[in-house]
Formats: sequence, C-alpha cells, structure tokens
Amino acid sequence: MNTQSLPSLLFGDRGTKVFFGVLLAALVLVPILHLAVPADSGLHLSGYTMTLLGKYMTYALLAIAVDLVWGYCGILSLGHAAFFALGGYAMGMYLMRQIGPRGVYGHPVLPDFMVFLNWTELPWFWHGFDMFWFAALMVVIVPGALAFVFGWLAFRSRVTGVYLSIITQALTYALMLAFFRNDMGFGGNNGLTDFKEILGFDINAPGTRVALFIASGIALALGYLACAYITRSRAGRVIQAVRDAESRARFLGYRIESYKLWVFTFSAVLAGIAGALYVPQVGIINPSEFQPINSIEVVIWVAVGGRGTLYGAVAGAVLVNYAKTYFTAALPEFWLYALGALFVIVTLFMPRGVVGLADRFAKKEPQVAEAVTA
Amino acid sequence: MTKENTWIVCMRTVIVTVLYALAMLRAADALAADAAADDTFSQTVATLASTNFKVKERAVEALAQQRHPNTRAVLSALLDGTLYFRKSDQQVFIAEAKEDGLALTDPLTLQAAGSAPASELTRITTNNQLRKQIKGVLASFALTDPNAEVRLAAVREMMRSLDRESAEILRQRIEEESNDAVRRAMRSAVALADLDSSDVEVRLAAIETLRDDLSPEVFNRLSALLERNADGEYVEPDEKVRAAALAAVNSIKSWRNFYASIETLFFGLSLGSVLVLAAIGLAITFGVMGVINMAHGELIMLGAYTTYVIQQAMPSYIEASVLIAIPMAFLVSGSVGVLIERGIVRFLYGRPLETLLATFGVSLVLQQVVRDLFTANNRPVETPSWMAGSLQINEALSLTYNRLYVVVFMLAVFALLVIVLKRTRLGLQVRAVSMNRSMAKAMGVRTEWVDALTFGLGSGIAGVAGVALSQLTNVGPNLGQSYIIDSFMVVVFGGVGNLWGTLIGGMSLGVVNQMLEPHAGAVLAKIFVLIALILFIQRRPRGLFPQKGRAAEA
Repeated sequence: MNTQSLPSLLFGDRGTKVFFGVLLAALVLVPILHLAVPADSGLHLSGYTMTLLGKYMTYALLAIAVDLVWGYCGILSLGHAAFFALGGYAMGMYLMRQIGPRGVYGHPVLPDFMVFLNWTELPWFWHGFDMFWFAALMVVIVPGALAFVFGWLAFRSRVTGVYLSIITQALTYALMLAFFRNDMGFGGNNGLTDFKEILGFDINAPGTRVALFIASGIALALGYLACAYITRSRAGRVIQAVRDAESRARFLGYRIESYKLWVFTFSAVLAGIAGALYVPQVGIINPSEFQPINSIEVVIWVAVGGRGTLYGAVAGAVLVNYAKTYFTAALPEFWLYALGALFVIVTLFMPRGVVGLADRFAKKEPQVAEAVTA
Repeated sequence: MTKENTWIVCMRTVIVTVLYALAMLRAADALAADAAADDTFSQTVATLASTNFKVKERAVEALAQQRHPNTRAVLSALLDGTLYFRKSDQQVFIAEAKEDGLALTDPLTLQAAGSAPASELTRITTNNQLRKQIKGVLASFALTDPNAEVRLAAVREMMRSLDRESAEILRQRIEEESNDAVRRAMRSAVALADLDSSDVEVRLAAIETLRDDLSPEVFNRLSALLERNADGEYVEPDEKVRAAALAAVNSIKSWRNFYASIETLFFGLSLGSVLVLAAIGLAITFGVMGVINMAHGELIMLGAYTTYVIQQAMPSYIEASVLIAIPMAFLVSGSVGVLIERGIVRFLYGRPLETLLATFGVSLVLQQVVRDLFTANNRPVETPSWMAGSLQINEALSLTYNRLYVVVFMLAVFALLVIVLKRTRLGLQVRAVSMNRSMAKAMGVRTEWVDALTFGLGSGIAGVAGVALSQLTNVGPNLGQSYIIDSFMVVVFGGVGNLWGTLIGGMSLGVVNQMLEPHAGAVLAKIFVLIALILFIQRRPRGLFPQKGRAAEA
C-alpha cells in the first residue's frame, strides 16, 4: 500500500483517525452551538469557550511543530515559543496597521505606542504590514529565516544535545530582552493590542471569531497532514535514524545536517503560523510570550501526550492546557505544583506519555518503533 | 624599724600630701576656669539677641576667640536660622520646629529645655556680612579639628563654594597642616582661588598645582577657562594660561578616563564573580557529572532565603548573619540537592534531556513552595554595616565594599572547591567516576554514594552563591530564574568539566558585559553577549577549554 496517499495519511492509524474525527466534529459542532443555538439554551457555547478551543488548536499546532523536531528528530528545542511569538508579532503588526486612525491618539498611520514615544514616522520594518498578504508572508519567512540561520550555524558545527537546548533557550531569552525594549519598535513591555479588525471584519464579531476558529482547525489539520507526510517519507525515516543513532546515520552517508536544518526550519514555520492564528484570537501579543518557560511548557505538552506520535502531541497540548485553564482559575497556587509534578512524573514513569499508556491498556504494539531515547 | 626608715616614711607622707593638695587645687582651678568660660560664653551668646548687626558681629568674633566647645553648635544654628531668643527674658535657645511649637535646646548645656509656642520666641536674624563671618569662623573651626577626615571634608566643602575669605583662611592653614591629603586639598582650593588673580604668573602656577587634582570641581573650573563668553571672547584672556589650562584639562581627562576604565574593570570582575559563583555549582553537576540541573537557580534562591530566615530568627546579630548563613545555606541547598539526586536524577543518568525536563519540574515546585511560605513579594535582606560603604582610592575612583567582598568570596569558594576536588578522597572519587563510571565501580568506588555527594556539593555551592546574591539583588521567588541561563552560558562558554574554564568564562563575560554597557545600555549589552555566545558555541562547541581525551567523548 502506498503510505503516502491522502487516505492513508488521514486514516493511517487509530490515533490519527480519532484525531481527524474529533477535529472535524469540533469544526462543525462548535460554530453551530455558538451561532445557531440561542444564548439561553443549555447547549449554547459561549464565545469565550470557542475562543479558548481555538487557542488550544493553535497550541496543538505548536506542539506538533515541537514534536516534529524533538519526537522525530531528537532535537530538544527550548526556544520554539520564540518562533511562535515571532509569527504572532508579524500578525500583530498587521492588526496594528489595520487600526489606522482609530487609535487613542488618532494618528492616521502610527500605532498608539509610537505616538506615545514621540516617533514621527513609521520604522522601516513596519512598512508593508498594512497588507495582509505581506504580513502572511512574514509570518512564514521571519521564523523560517531565523530558524534557518540559527540551525545552519548550529547543526553545521555539530552542536547537539543539551548544548543545543541551552543555546535555543538563550536565543528566546535574548529575543525576550530585545522585545521588552521600547526602542525596538514593537510596543515594548505592553506589546501589541487593541486590535480592531482583520481583513475588514470586526475582530470581536461572532462571525469573525468563528472564522478564526475554523481557520485554526484547518491549519492544524494541514499541519498535521504535512508532518504525517514528512515523517512517513524517506526523509522522515532518515530523520528518525538521526534521532536514534546520529553517528551511524552520518557514517551511512546521509548529510544529517541538511535533514536537521530542513526539519528545524519547517517546524519553526509551523510554530510561526500557530502564533499568527493565536494572536487575533487572544487579542494581544507581548514579549512575555518569549519567556523561556513558555518553550519548556510546550515540550512538556508533547512529553505528556507522547512524543514521536503526532496525535500524542495534540492530545498533550489540549490536556495540559485544559488543566492549566481549570487550575489557574480554581486553585491558582496549585498549578505550579501540578505542572512541576507533571514534568517529574512524565519523565520518570511515562516516557511515552498518555498515548503510551493508552497503547498499553489496548495491549497493542506501539505505533512508533522503540521508545525514544534522546 | 630604724630611725632613718621612720624619717623616710614621714617625708614620703608629707610629699604625697602636698602633691595631692596641689592636684586638688589645680582641679578646682580648672573647674573654676570652666565655670568662668561658661559664664563668658553665656553672656556672649546673650548679646546675639541684639537687633544691632554690629553687636552681633562682635559677639561672633568674641565667640570665635573663646573657643567654647558649644560655639560650633550655636553658630551653625545661627547660620541655619534656628537660633531664637525668648521675648520675655531675652534668653537665647536653639529651637527646632515641631507640630506644637518649638522644641528648645539650651546652648550652654545642649540639653533639651522644654518647648514653647512659636509666638513666644523671635528668630535671631542674620545678614550677608554676618553669614560670611560665621562661615569663616566655622571653617577655621573645622580646619583645626584633630580628626584629619573632618578637616578634609571641610576643605572639600569649602572648595565647592569658594570665596576669597575662605581661600585666605586656607592659605594661612596650609603650613600648619600635618596631613598630606588635607594639605593637597588645601593647595588645590587655594589654587582654584588663585585662578581669579589678575597676575598671569599666579594663574599659571595655580594651573600647575591643579593638574594633579582629579576632583570634579577642579575639572569644571579649568574647563570653564577654555570657554568663550557671549561676545565670543575667551573667558581667560591670556594665551599662555589657556594653553596651560588645556594641557591640564587633557591630563586630568586622561587620568579620569584611566580610573573610569579601572572602575569598569572592577565592576566587570565583580559581575563576573557573581556569574562564577552562580555557575560554579553547575560546573560540578553539569560539568563533572553531566547532569543538567534546571533547578540550580532555585537552589541559589534557597540560599538567599536562608540568609533572610537567619536574619529574621536572630535580628540582633545582623553583623554576623551573613557569616552564619554561609554554612546554613550550604546545608539547606545541599540537602535539597541530595534529595533531588536520590529522588529523581539517579533514575535518569545517561538521558540528559529527560533530566533537564524533570529538574525543570522541580524548579517550578521549589518556586511555588517559596511563594507559599514567603509570599511572592521580594523579601528585605539587610546588609551588615561592614559590607556597606566604599573604599575611596582617590577623587575619581572608589570601590564599593560589597562588590569587593563578592570578588574575594568567589575566589575563596573557588579555591576551596579546587582543593576539595584535587586534594581530598571525595574529589578523587568524583573525578574517577566522571572519567569512567564502570571502571571506578570496578575499583570499589561506591558510585551511587559519590553521585549523591557530588550533586549535594554542587547544590550546596549554589546555596552559598545565594547568600552572596542576597546582598546584591532582590530576594524573591524569581531570583533563580534570572541566573539560570547566565549560569549555563558561563559553563558552556568556559568548557564543560573544567572549573578553571568556568572561572575564566564567567570573569570574561562579566567584564565584556560591563564594557559594553556604557555604549549600548544594560539590556542591549546582555543581548549582544548572548548572541556572541550563541555564535561562539557554533565555532567551539566544547567551549573555551574543552576536555581532552576519553572523557570528551562521553
């Protein structure tokens, strides 16, 4: 059977089938429950819940991106939230330009924070962001280019393992410090917010929110398909070989630097797209998204779900974030304990995450060859 | 007893009695003299209540000659406008405004003398002439003070607002001054005054004297000579004097720059010391054992909180608290470290990425524990007085003691650690295990035990670093987070498994950071350093001093 055909990608294994089933159901049901069901009905889904679900889907896309580099290629990136935030900033800049003269200071071109800082003209890197296609291009290019340059330097000189993790963390830390500066021209501490409309639609209107929700779902589905395609391709097998035995793969004649670089860049692009969909839904992007802890949290989503399986990453992202939403509201002090314990328990007792547990209960052979050792 | 003896005893008694009587007389004399002086003093002070400024001037003159110990207090009060007299009996008081009227102080005894409503008293006024006179008297008082530092401070004070009278006073005192530093300051002050002289030679000589003085007053005054006034003419008419002033300004400038760069170097070394302290524990756990401990920052934080707790527990021993905190913090963080090793890390040896995640979980838990115990706010940790203040090298260079102590402390900790690793049995075993675990085990080393102790040692050092940091930064739950990335960068930069690499790496990062800071600002400097490090690791993935031989391949 041709494992690369669309049906086989969609229904290749049980987890994937479940994933697409649930996603499709959500994409159909949630908008109906939100728009068509009257607000006083018990079945009505509030705009808040829908946006929350949309947010989870962007997180799931980010988790897939991390899973691709970590679960499949063995590169533990502790800086993926940086690519996510960069994509978010690109989208945020477009949304800022859309505000136009409706800002608090009413300046026709300059966003409020620039007027506040007494700037007289738009910095060069803000030009073009009034056009959606340009912003969309930047969502892909900026994280992709950064990942390419960073990866090219790192992989070529064979920076691996924990060293790579530490310098990716330093990268996101440096970016965080940079974006906190007002002089950078990205709104400093406050970031970008107060968005009004996207593509001419009111960003807070229910219809726009439904559209954003569906767009996130479609992006997630496409991202999933792309990653599934990659991991099953010949290149995908090499990538997994790099994860399991880097030196051996190199000695067999593969240029593993190129494979790693390619996967890393693609993964950063996915993360950027996730960030771009995240920003219009939450309505703000600020430098705290670059915090090193955010990137590490993504890693734990993947670990909880089960790395090395794409549906595991999705499940982990949704589970951990649901728990976070719940606990930070109900027991705020408890959340860090729970998250900390999760890190410890998952690494000690659940190396293959929730998916691994599920497989064990189903007495099935694991879908992915051998437990991952990074 | 012989006759002679009796005679001697007799004589002795007489002499002693006479001497004693004489002493008594002298004491009584002194007392009488004191009483007389007090009397004159009181009378003179009373005349200050006069409305006639001539009378007041004579009174100040008289007070200056009497040299009564309280003269300074009275004259300062007069200068500050806090000297009053009571309308009813013309008695003079030093008064301080309180909510309910004036708190009075008797000028003779300097004891509190009750209070009175403001309406019952009249302030003793001064005019320019009188104020100038008082300033002169006070200055000459300060200049004859037995303490050289008081004299120096007085000269510096006079330099700041120099007028002809004070310059004259200083000129007269120079020859009598015994202390070199004070005499130099006096010469500078006199020279500053001489710059206004109409004699070119005097001005030239003054500039010659001033070129060795680095104080800002001198620098500003000399720079002013080179400026042009509103009409485009030079302030200083004579060309030769201008040239000399320019040379002097340039010389002072270059000296000041020199000292400024020494100061930057010192700041850099102290920042580097902080980095080394924070990183050196990591150099053991990560460098020697190959374990990534993301909770390292939190172990530092625990050390800082230990200092806080000790200060709370024994508030009357703040001076010693830091010294007591050092071993305590070592124990607290060390035992937490052993717990982490026994509970988590030992199951994950050989899987560094998993260790990283698990210990990160521990760090979150530790942060939350501290938040629950001590709230999320920063805790105030006091600085013992012996760590406050600064060491004044000269006018342009002063080194703060806390930074100085950090450098010394770091060197001590480092030396101790090197000795432990190179000279003790534990150190030998640690090195053996890190080089070849199974061989060490085969030779009878209890590797599990060594692992726990090594991890405990690295964690304990983190705690000790926390004590030092508690004196330099805010102590809060996020203290550790802000140092963890820097610490890793230092270790990776220096070369894993190499304590000397950590030392040199940390120091050079600190110095580079401080050197960039004036040009780029603190945040940008840090970003530059991070980017430079990221690029550096590309070039030398094993750091400055990579491990050689078999250990490098692990």
